[in-house]
Amino acid sequence: MFDETITAELEDIRGRYPVAKAALVPVLHVVQREQGWCNAEAQQWVAGFLDITAMEVFEVVTFYPMLYHAPRGKHLIHVCRTLSCDACGGQELWQHLKAKLGVERGGTTDDGRFTLRGAECLASCGTAPVILIDGERHENLSHDDVDKLLESAT
Amino acid sequence: MTLPMGNIISARFGKDDSCALKGYRADGGYDAYLAAIHGKKGTPDDITAMVKASGLKGRGGAGFSTGMKWSFVPKNTGKPVYLCVNGDESEPGTFKDRQILELDPHQLLEGVGITCYAIGAHTAYVYLRCEFRDGIRKTEAAIKEAYAAGLFGKDIDGSGFDLDVHVHIGGGAYICGEETSLLNSIEGVRPYPRNKPPFPAVEGLWSCPTIINNVETIANIPHIVKHGAEWHAKLGHPDDPGSRLWCVSGHVNTPGVFEIETGYSLQELIDGPCGGIRNGKRLKAIIPGGSSSKVLTANEVEKTTMDTPGIRAMGSSLGSAGIIVLDEDTCMVQANLNLMRFYAHESCGQCTPCREGTPWVVKILERVASGHGRKADLELLLDIAHNMEGRTVCALADGACWPLTSIIKKFRHEYEAKIQQGPEADAGTTAGASAPVGAA
Ligand SMILES: Cc1cc2nc3c(=O)[nH]c(=O)nc-3n(C[C@H](O)[C@H](O)[C@H](O)COP(=O)(O)O)c2cc1C
Ligand code: SF4
Ligand code: FES
Repeated sequence: MFDETITAELEDIRGRYPVAKAALVPVLHVVQREQGWCNAEAQQWVAGFLDITAMEVFEVVTFYPMLYHAPRGKHLIHVCRTLSCDACGGQELWQHLKAKLGVERGGTTDDGRFTLRGAECLASCGTAPVILIDGERHENLSHDDVDKLLESAT
Repeated sequence: MTLPMGNIISARFGKDDSCALKGYRADGGYDAYLAAIHGKKGTPDDITAMVKASGLKGRGGAGFSTGMKWSFVPKNTGKPVYLCVNGDESEPGTFKDRQILELDPHQLLEGVGITCYAIGAHTAYVYLRCEFRDGIRKTEAAIKEAYAAGLFGKDIDGSGFDLDVHVHIGGGAYICGEETSLLNSIEGVRPYPRNKPPFPAVEGLWSCPTIINNVETIANIPHIVKHGAEWHAKLGHPDDPGSRLWCVSGHVNTPGVFEIETGYSLQELIDGPCGGIRNGKRLKAIIPGGSSSKVLTANEVEKTTMDTPGIRAMGSSLGSAGIIVLDEDTCMVQANLNLMRFYAHESCGQCTPCREGTPWVVKILERVASGHGRKADLELLLDIAHNMEGRTVCALADGACWPLTSIIKKFRHEYEAKIQQGPEADAGTTAGASAPVGAA
């Protein structure tokens, strides 16, 4: 399913554990990096790669908020919704993003460019409000800052 | 400033290229580790005894004696021993471990090396939440450098000691910071917390003896081995010694991470390094130890010293040292609701009281916050909390109950006012720019 470089990377990860199954979450992260989300086919492939059942993969994929078992927009935005951010501009930023993108929590824009998700505390509470765009952290954001970030996400 | 500002864990944070091995070595880094694995710091048990005598307590939240925990690893079981470093850092208000990972990862790795030597482990997993992209990159790069320099691997520096260190990435679930959930997360099964006993030190990863310590805890180890137990025991408060990274967030002028020795005055931290409350407002409340600790009122804050005995005297806990500051405009119903949404979202669903209780608490708080609350709701909330606390597999449910009940008890008048005033009052009391309103 993957080319040689990625297969080697996955084999290296699997080799870090005395039991292959332990590589499950790290391997799923690589799958997701390569193809955006963990579809049924990928889950089946991972099951074979780690010598476990597809159900064992499914159980884990569906537990974690940062593993995706459904398709999503090209760019993923996570907005921290927890107390310190919310109290320091996060609430307003969230409303701004919902209005700008025209979606509710979890929604994807019609052009498929952005999916807006809430996140719980991202461990950057001192630099609130905080968001992740495609996994990278952005802190101390004004609405202008966010608008620029979205424009530059092609 | 009379605050005993510390300069141990954060000493290298401001340096250029603070993540590079070269600079770390130039500052004496890995000397303690190399001395330890060559037996120059005594036997592994001597190192454990030293850490115990230093008085170091875990920085992950529970505050258990680190040396004592290490001493629980059984000898000669024929099974491998593992070290898992807990870098899940998801307790709301906490952002200190991330600084270590992003600004001085070798300090952590040296601690990992010494700890493994002391507990007899030859494999360590550094568990990092996947949102820590930068911290993961830097920690992985540091591990690579350490291998290349012969600090990890086989027969390290001719000492005969072998050590493998790996980063393990999580999936964004708060519960995985709970130590037995973390073990299941690494094993690749659904990360439900395990019943204790058996404790991980005896039966942990793949049923082998396993020590789980927080990132900041492990970062302390090189300094203790370098300077000695007595040196550490004299830092800060004698009953809870050490220099800690305190994370301040919320309505202060200069939030951030501050390294301070234990035993200082909380009010002085807020007024001094944190520059006081934003916009000239007054303080209303502080949640002092990450969101899972009991709230302190402004009056209580004045009397609070930041060490385990001091904070206990105020009925709260130091937890993960995440200090969340809320000003006079904050609606304490909305603040509570925000936190309870967090716990409801993060409950793993394994135990009925927590799985059912946390969403019910959210529903009732939503009703109170919107002015549709009923007179009996406050007693109902306290009753639900009573039925959760102490009745579950892990401490997440307790961690939800402590802010929930303490905020209701200490700010009861705000809840009663909402219930009495009804829906029309809503706009007026929560419209402040800083009033937190959680989203669904
Ligand atoms: C719900 C829950 C979440 C936790 N999250 C973390 C965490 O993110 N990081 C951490 O170090 N400890 C966390 N802990 C505490 C760990 O269970 C454990 O006590 C700690 O990692 C032990 O390390 P220490 O002794 O060095 O503090 C959490 C506990 C609970 C109950
Ligand atoms: S208390 Fe909650 S989070 Fe902890 S094991 Fe039970 S259901 Fe899961
Ligand atoms: S509350 Fe947003 S990063 Fe912690």
